[in-house]
Amino acid sequence: MKIAVPLALTLALAGIAWAGIQLLGLYGLFGIVVPYVALASFVVGFVYRLVKWGRSAVPFRIPTTCGQQKSLPWVKQNKIENPASTAGVVGRMLMEVLFFRSLFRNTKTEKHGANLGVGSAKWLWFGALVFHWSMLVVVLRHLRFFLEPVPAPLAALEGFDSLLQVGLPVLYITDLTIVCALTFLFVRRVVLPRVRSLSLPNDFFPLFLLLGVVAAGVAMRYFVRVDVEAVKEMAMGLVTLHPVVVDGVGTIFYVHLFLACALVAYFPWSKLMHAGGVVLSPTRNMANNSRSVRHVNPWSRDLPVHTYAEYEEEFKDKMVKVGLPLDAE
Amino acid sequence: MHKGGRIIAFAAVFCLVVLSPFIVNLANAAPAPEASLDTPTINALSQKECVADAAYMRDNHMQMLDEWRNDVVRAGSREYESASGQVYEKSLDGTCLECHSNREEFCDSCHDYAGVQPYCWECHDTAES
Repeated sequence: MKIAVPLALTLALAGIAWAGIQLLGLYGLFGIVVPYVALASFVVGFVYRLVKWGRSAVPFRIPTTCGQQKSLPWVKQNKIENPASTAGVVGRMLMEVLFFRSLFRNTKTEKHGANLGVGSAKWLWFGALVFHWSMLVVVLRHLRFFLEPVPAPLAALEGFDSLLQVGLPVLYITDLTIVCALTFLFVRRVVLPRVRSLSLPNDFFPLFLLLGVVAAGVAMRYFVRVDVEAVKEMAMGLVTLHPVVVDGVGTIFYVHLFLACALVAYFPWSKLMHAGGVVLSPTRNMANNSRSVRHVNPWSRDLPVHTYAEYEEEFKDKMVKVGLPLDAE
Repeated sequence: MHKGGRIIAFAAVFCLVVLSPFIVNLANAAPAPEASLDTPTINALSQKECVADAAYMRDNHMQMLDEWRNDVVRAGSREYESASGQVYEKSLDGTCLECHSNREEFCDSCHDYAGVQPYCWECHDTAES
């Protein structure tokens, strides 16, 4: 059920787009309205989630982040894993965002004979890295539909991605890697019993959506081709706020677009929001300088200070009466 | 909001990046190009007909060229019969560019617009470019 429901939902979304175009001819809805709504949901939702997280309580700085903190001069500090300066925090964050440092530390506990042993487990890290970098290249490549003229760096990226010159239109290397990585990430959740038991429908749904978008895109490029010039005309219409529907673009394009819109609209309200959440992770974004800087609780009320001397002065008589010693004497 | 300034700055950068295609295109909105069929050879034709219909060619011309290349180079098959029964030579220079001799207005205009860099021209039609 955990797999069947999100799979059915993804197929239903593809079916809606197919039926809406093929049977009902709702070109304006799927070509203009849905993309704008999806973009609005994406931007508003993303900012809303950021602000909501920003307004929540911030924990105290976390000193135990897998590295020696700054201590006595003869104790060697791990400046990236446990930084005491802003530069170190930026370095740690870059390592996290670009290379998934904390996933790299992933371990697996196994029985070696009679003993329990902890071994390194890099496959998840590798699969995630391949997927995310492929995704970045794919998204950047799509910018060619939204910019006129196409900037030279984008053309260079595309040339590099199609370096192998297989077939026509030429095969993109990232199309291959993104399909492999997504398949791996899905199979991992099904085959490993513990991961399977941990997986929820909202883990599978983004995977299926992404696979659906990629499958429709790959089908459109290599098998059921569409008029690319007309597609760009529609894309340019959207970003110049003069949306148009160009006739003669195949249904597969609308399926691809609708699934992509569903993904984009769903993004801020789902686990995919880790994209924005990573920069708000308390173990990643705070310098461990508690030993050198005094951090005052930001939401403490500003109470007037009432010192012991003042207290003693106020209750002097009563204290003397019961025989309590006074500092002032 | 604790360190609200930084969070708002991050949200602003995010919006700027996501909406950058809108911002960049505010100034210029280039119209889509129209592939020109105005060449002496096409104008001289009594019946203006390509090797396949225009809609098919718009979507699939690259695949046809790829198939033609493989047929000629690997199988030595040089003849292509169109749907109307007309027989053409499978040749980019000899057939396609014979009629569409205006490469810049026909091929390149759409390829540039869509950001496609076909490697046909590394061997073919080098004299004119």
